[in-house]
Amino acid sequence: MSSSQLLVDLTEISIEFDNRNILQAVDLSLNAGEIVTLVGPNGSGKSTLLKILLGLVRPDAGTIWRRQGLTIGYLPQRLTIDPVMPLTVDRLLKLTRASKDIDEVLLEVNAAHLKDTPVARLSGGELQRVLLARALLREPDLLVLDEPTQGVDFAGEIDLYELIARIRDTRGCGVLIVSHDLHLVMSSTDQVICLNHHVCCSGAPEAVQRNPAYLDLFGPRAAQGLAVYTHAHDHDHDMRGDVVATDGHFHSHTH
Amino acid sequence: MTSLDDFFWFALFGGLGVAMTTGPLGCFVVWRRMAYFGDSLAHSALIGVALGLALSIDTTFGVLIACIAVAVTITLLQDQQRLATDTLLGILAHSSLAIGLVAVSFLDNVRIDLMAYLFGDILAINGTDLAWVYGGGTVALAGLAYIWRPLLALSIHADIAHAEGVPVRATRLAFTLLLAIVIAIAMKIVGVLLIVSMLIIPAATARRFAQSPEQMAVLAAISGAIAVGGGLTASLHWNTPSGPSIVTAAFVLFLLANVVGLVFKRV
Repeated sequence: MSSSQLLVDLTEISIEFDNRNILQAVDLSLNAGEIVTLVGPNGSGKSTLLKILLGLVRPDAGTIWRRQGLTIGYLPQRLTIDPVMPLTVDRLLKLTRASKDIDEVLLEVNAAHLKDTPVARLSGGELQRVLLARALLREPDLLVLDEPTQGVDFAGEIDLYELIARIRDTRGCGVLIVSHDLHLVMSSTDQVICLNHHVCCSGAPEAVQRNPAYLDLFGPRAAQGLAVYTHAHDHDHDMRGDVVATDGHFHSHTH
Repeated sequence: MTSLDDFFWFALFGGLGVAMTTGPLGCFVVWRRMAYFGDSLAHSALIGVALGLALSIDTTFGVLIACIAVAVTITLLQDQQRLATDTLLGILAHSSLAIGLVAVSFLDNVRIDLMAYLFGDILAINGTDLAWVYGGGTVALAGLAYIWRPLLALSIHADIAHAEGVPVRATRLAFTLLLAIVIAIAMKIVGVLLIVSMLIIPAATARRFAQSPEQMAVLAAISGAIAVGGGLTASLHWNTPSGPSIVTAAFVLFLLANVVGLVFKRV
């Protein structure tokens, strides 16, 4: 990938809250057409790094470079829309004031049938796809997704990641995903950055999975699980598809 | 036409002007969960009254100044993390009411009807008040129309709006200033203690029937207007205090709307 394709470049980003180091000299760069996945334990600074990239949070140190006129589509973590606002999917999408055809984009994310549904009645997976449609309407150069599969069931997770990969292929935009489930994104991600306040290791997903720093971070079970990764159902869903209880991040089994 | 009729039409005209403004703004108070915030602003209105009387300026103008000062203070304080927002608002709401009451008591050379400020005195409304209601109401509604889209985006999800380039702080501040205007003009009608009810009850009533945010805003204005008409008429018939009567009428409408809503859902 040539450097003219560079979308964002963060260098030596540091930030602390209440004298606790959240990020220490973190570098992150992303090119058009590239999918980068950020993995790391809870509280490792993943979401903070995203917010710095988006300009929502100002770091204490470091430089942020964004390509001029860069359009970012953002899907936040655990989004809920209050049912007190009467809002259909159609109206939500029209809020972006995009000229592009809403039907077309809804079709692209397999949500055409949801056009007239009140947003508050969507399931977790449906809401994520609608929000993805909303982000796509703005024709983003970069998609930023913070744990996009929270509250989405297993089949929905695979669908969503396939969809994201397809969007990258057809649109050529850059994608940055925060995920707790590396094995799910492995097939579509180009680069993995393992974060725990600093960048522990980065590279192609297969290489990161074998990296001692990664194994250190996620424990010996991750090492055992190298051969076969399966998804452990460690949580339940309520009727709306929201995760009721969950713990841990990387669950692995050997067979 | 008797003078009583004059009072009634003045009051009705003023009340309708207030309802048309509080309806749409109240929707955002409901969507953004700002009822307590509205209370803090409203309670500071009494400080504005004292200020107006002490400086011999128009009391509505004094109220506007006090509300804006408190609104800006809260907006700035909200960025700190040490105290939860509801604690902060609770402190400001009650201490500003207390300070207002204390300040008013110092003005012993002026005779003021405290009850009129606390519960409204819509039947005492005069031409100047009407000018405030319609002038301020027009400014507030025009301002709301101007920031409608960014404010809606912000109310759906602040971080997405921010990432998409909505000027979050400016929009938030603008809305707060509009609220200050509405509180200053609504104080005459329902009084300091009941203003927030005119913001949230009609909006909550409208939610039952609205399919879109814009519909909810219009329906809230209409249901507020009906409450004003009904409350004033009732207050005239039964000689009840007008402000509380209007709020009671708004509440009855809210109950009716929910009963109707439930019945329709069953069918």
